[in-house]
Amino acid sequence: MAAIRLAVPDTAQRGEVIEIKALIQHPMESGFRRGSRGEVIPRNIITRFECRYNGALVFASDFQPAIAANPILTFHTVATETGELEFKWTDQNGEAWSEIATITVT
Amino acid sequence: MKHVGLGLVLISMTACSRTEIAPETSIPQNELQSGYAFLTAETQALQDDAFENPGFLWVDRGERLFQSVASTEPSCLTCHENGLDGVAASFPKLDPETGELINLEGRINACRTRHQGLPPLAYESEDLLSLTAYIAHQSNGDPISVDVSGDAAPYYELGLDYFITRRGQFNLSCQQCHTENWGKQLRGDTISQGHGNGFPAYRLEWQSLGSLQRRLRDCDTGVRAEPLPYGDPTYVAVELFLAARAQGLEAESPAVRR
Repeated sequence: MAAIRLAVPDTAQRGEVIEIKALIQHPMESGFRRGSRGEVIPRNIITRFECRYNGALVFASDFQPAIAANPILTFHTVATETGELEFKWTDQNGEAWSEIATITVT
Repeated sequence: MKHVGLGLVLISMTACSRTEIAPETSIPQNELQSGYAFLTAETQALQDDAFENPGFLWVDRGERLFQSVASTEPSCLTCHENGLDGVAASFPKLDPETGELINLEGRINACRTRHQGLPPLAYESEDLLSLTAYIAHQSNGDPISVDVSGDAAPYYELGLDYFITRRGQFNLSCQQCHTENWGKQLRGDTISQGHGNGFPAYRLEWQSLGSLQRRLRDCDTGVRAEPLPYGDPTYVAVELFLAARAQGLEAESPAVRR
């Protein structure tokens, strides 16, 4: 189970631009490195990140091998309504991890 | 001016402990600088932000492990319900049961085998790193303060000996870089004073949290010496020497290092 850390404001005013941070623990092994015996360490990366706000996609990103381990993303969206933000990371093999944060909009 | 400062430090150290730090390996108290001081502003910002600092992934995990164990045995929290504030800053120390020097990792494993009926955790395993980071984090801001008197003195001497002995194909000792030449450039890097106050630390080179012993192994490998195995008593003694050498510096685990 990958560890996830989220920073989402608990409350916001309607129309306010909010900053969101999302961090996931993942080796992001590039596939270009070699081990102590010279063997290639197989590529193991997250390829897709999506953030949905009450079901609507508000931010997405395709990850490439050059992204560092334990990637952190900072992005902004507009607080429109009270609800849930769903964060989902999917790796190259289709395995996915997700976490939900709630926000109250006044 | 510099010599006056050095003299005062030596006098005060002689006064408070039986074993004084050999003059050629000591850094005057007023010149002690954490590895933090040698980082770029960006890396310092990464360490300072309690959200972005990746080391907190392990601290979070350690907190969960501390509260629950996968057996009917007591959890860490059962005994240490008030937490372990400031405890990590006094390690390594003598284990009262065996009389041997143990570091924080060793103490955690001693708790597991003696009180929890659990097998010891391997060095650099996610679980041991997490527990160490969680406990070390509770000493954040506390001054490093180890006891090198009495039965600990021989361990201190062993650590000192390792620190000042030239080794490897490069024939370098720890002190040649970290006492005699700190602050100077070694290719693209500024040489730090070599303190362990930020460990376990997240190293950008590792892309992971790692123990102080992993760092020591890297230094040994860097001078092309054969690194000692994890948990080797000599490395524990080196940890004690390093802590005595950094006496008074604030603990700052989980730090971010290059």
